[in-house]
Amino acid sequence: MFEVSRRQFLKLSGATAATLAIVELGFDPHKAKAAAKELKTARTDVTPTICPYCSVGCGILIHVKDNDVVYSEGDPDHPINQGSLCSKGSSVRDLYTTDRRPKKPMYRAPGSDRWEEKEWDWMLDRIAEKVKETRDSTFVVNEDGIPVNRTEAIASMGGAALENEECYMIQKLMRGLGLTFIEHQARI
Amino acid sequence: MTNHWIDIQYSDAMLVIGGNPAENHPVSMKYVQKARDRGGKLISVDPRFTRTSSKADIYAPMRSGTDIPFISGLIKYAIDNELYHKEYVVNYTNASFIVHDDYKFKDGIFSGYNEDTRNYDRSTWTFKRDEDGNILKDETLKDPRCVWNVMKEHYERYDVDTVCAVTGTPKEDFIKVADAFCSTGTPEKVGTIMYAMGTTQHTVGSQNVRAYGMLQLLLGNVGRAGGGVNAMRGEANVQGSTDMALLFHIMPGYNPAPTQSERHKSLAAYNENETPASGYWSNRPKFMASFFKAHFGDNATPENDFLYDYFPKSRRNNSHIALFEAMYDGDIKGFITWGQNPIVGGPNVRKEKAAMEKLDWFVCMDLFETETATFWTKESGADPSKINTEVFFLPAAGPYEKEGSVSNSGRWMQYRWKAIEPKNDSRSDAWFVHNLARRLKALYASENGPIAAPFKALDWSFGDGDYPDVDLVCREINGYDLTTGKTILNFTQLKDDGTTSSGNWIYSGFYPDAAPGEEKNRSKNRDNVDTGMNNYLNWSYAWPLNRRILYNRASADLEGKPWNSNNEVIWWDNAAGSWVGHDVPDFGAATGPTDPGWKNPFIMRPDGKGELFTNGMTDGPFPEHYEPYESPVPNAFSSVQLNPAARIWTGDYNDKGDAKDFPIIGTTYRLSEHWQTGPMTRNNKWLAELMPYMFVELSEELAAEKGIKEKDKVIVSSARGEIEAYAMITKRFRPYEIQGQKVHHLGMPWHYGYQGIAKGSIANYLTPHIGDANTMIPEYKAFLCNVRRAEG
Ligand code: SF4
Repeated sequence: MFEVSRRQFLKLSGATAATLAIVELGFDPHKAKAAAKELKTARTDVTPTICPYCSVGCGILIHVKDNDVVYSEGDPDHPINQGSLCSKGSSVRDLYTTDRRPKKPMYRAPGSDRWEEKEWDWMLDRIAEKVKETRDSTFVVNEDGIPVNRTEAIASMGGAALENEECYMIQKLMRGLGLTFIEHQARI
Repeated sequence: MTNHWIDIQYSDAMLVIGGNPAENHPVSMKYVQKARDRGGKLISVDPRFTRTSSKADIYAPMRSGTDIPFISGLIKYAIDNELYHKEYVVNYTNASFIVHDDYKFKDGIFSGYNEDTRNYDRSTWTFKRDEDGNILKDETLKDPRCVWNVMKEHYERYDVDTVCAVTGTPKEDFIKVADAFCSTGTPEKVGTIMYAMGTTQHTVGSQNVRAYGMLQLLLGNVGRAGGGVNAMRGEANVQGSTDMALLFHIMPGYNPAPTQSERHKSLAAYNENETPASGYWSNRPKFMASFFKAHFGDNATPENDFLYDYFPKSRRNNSHIALFEAMYDGDIKGFITWGQNPIVGGPNVRKEKAAMEKLDWFVCMDLFETETATFWTKESGADPSKINTEVFFLPAAGPYEKEGSVSNSGRWMQYRWKAIEPKNDSRSDAWFVHNLARRLKALYASENGPIAAPFKALDWSFGDGDYPDVDLVCREINGYDLTTGKTILNFTQLKDDGTTSSGNWIYSGFYPDAAPGEEKNRSKNRDNVDTGMNNYLNWSYAWPLNRRILYNRASADLEGKPWNSNNEVIWWDNAAGSWVGHDVPDFGAATGPTDPGWKNPFIMRPDGKGELFTNGMTDGPFPEHYEPYESPVPNAFSSVQLNPAARIWTGDYNDKGDAKDFPIIGTTYRLSEHWQTGPMTRNNKWLAELMPYMFVELSEELAAEKGIKEKDKVIVSSARGEIEAYAMITKRFRPYEIQGQKVHHLGMPWHYGYQGIAKGSIANYLTPHIGDANTMIPEYKAFLCNVRRAEG
């Protein structure tokens, strides 16, 4: 039966990690040097994640300080990568620190050549309206005497970069609306 | 993967074909190297001398699209030289089964073919049975109609000389591969096959994988540590997103999606037609009822057939290519993408872009402004004033700005905790889908009638907060014992009477036996103590039931002892009366030597045997070679050029190239520094600097013939379009000699597009809309093209 193991995850605080490092120092100068390096990331909150790129599933630690990602590194406790990462896995900090992420939801009107920034509420209302309008005008309840309850006028695509829970929710809503055009990266 | 990354270290021979892990799964090479340190041999078979080839003990070049001749050659080699694992083959596969009297194969066509529909009737791809319905067998393998002899005859044509003439592999290299890999056909040794999209992206992609599976069964390599058939998947969670059925043809947990057909017209009809009498799928009705209890909640009852009628029934092929063809034809009005960028990643981009221009509305959720998000802009080559699509761009939260689990190639479901709030005004996809569902629920609340009813019946109980409660989603996926309100222990407890639920039965067990408020999510397990043979059973959770090596009963012999004492997975403990060992048995734990299923390791199959001969493929019970859709040579094995069951798309933009105009074989590949269609790497300043430009890789000979120099701007053309790229001239491609004819081969990365920091032409302007006969995966990996210097 399932038991909570001794190394069940606890959110580490950098302060605790740093204290441990100092306690373990002793008088070995090489160790002291290594610890000094660690101290740069002292007082960060460290959260384990899994690399978002390939399917090896390497562990990564994200260091957060003052509401910013200050450092990321391979998770030394992870049995697959044991702390190592490839070029992509090593670069995940920039996914947050980059200035290239869009600031707001954006809308492009028919025929327009530009985006307009919008609020989420406005976007959600409008998208829900479009989904309902398209669904209701194309929904087929029965065909050839078989209940089919579907719309072929809306398609959903994607999910391999998302989490299992998100994928489950997406398939649930899409099938709940009657979609049959549901596809993603696994097909291509 | 049947096995997992760390397990590769136990391999004596690693055949990497259609994949390049040193480039695309770099950290996995740790375990390839460990295996090599223990004496294992790395074999790389690829059209191009890749980074993996550079680390390999043996490299064999192979023309793209000729995996079946290559592997069939190995099958014949193993049979002729008696290198197969006889005891395994006789007892654990269907080698001894007697094939239906009317099964035939002649000149590239199997029995049951209908030329007009390009379909097979598979009723003769079956076995002879006695009056009681038992399959007739000959365990001496002497009967000329047993699978073994029918298979031998089928592969008679795949002798080394013919194979090498077709694949272009030098004969001595082929023999080296054959000797090294087929040496694992003994109980002492084990070999693995590692593959990726170089295998699957062909009109015969599924049969390529099947050929690998057959070879592994012959060599007795399935179910063992260091063995198996291992798909190296391209994305962090493409395993999980597939398991969760973001594909038209399946429901979560691989139940077939119901179709508009007599077979599926009611739940009773579905269960009757889709449930075999034996094997694990005989439990299908329990999985179905439990799924609908998760989907429709209390609204689903045994009396209303769990609202099966409300679940959508498809009437056609809805796969990627078909989807864009339907969009081009105007059938699809609204489109939603979730972190997918088809304007770079889809085949035949010119067609897919033209299709998108016809949409009424398009919702794009992504971290960055992708090429798909901006398909309507001038930069994309479009005239915005002519495109009437309403476009919604939703900024998505990054991977560590939210929480949830991802499943790696080894089926390890690993949790990602949230490190920081979403950047800017971004939100997670879970947040968006949750709030969209709630908006729609509100819009339909006051409506009645048959259109509103199925949606109103959908259960959406993920909490009342603005953000959905991920823990509730996890519990729903695992499922509940609805009589106690606790989560269900695992899928063996599921019932078909409405007293259990499970959103995805194969994951059931990751959140076991938890009362409300009690946290037991095993994907959060982080105990990294090796529990034996590096299976790390307390790190994360592997579906099904935390098994790390699928079919692991086959790791033990007929007495239940490991084939090799250095390579133990599970074994039968007579005193305990159960299977024990380093992994969770993929077998009845108490199924002992006197029980009927004792010699049936493949428990998902009705007969429990590995299939050397199958009824499960649309295009043949054995893999057979057909040339790619676009090929410079005729098929040497039959007069049938293209897979006769592959669907051909005609109409606008679907031109087919001819070798007269496009004599060169083109293929695409990935680079270590970029990922998929590039939004998350081409926008990354460090990675963009490492690999900044689109290029096409050419052999020295081809470059000389075309007067192209290193770094020249060149135009690569196909029947679908032209792209510009820098020339990169290397020794990694060599001209092939195919059936006495010199054929050039080139390749290029497919990561680039016009957005981001690192920009470049989109390779998929060149690729065609044609797919595999089983999965409809596009044939990206072998198409005809030409190359010339750009003017000026
Ligand atoms: S660090 Fe590299 S090898 Fe590891 S999961 Fe990420 S992309 Fe794959």
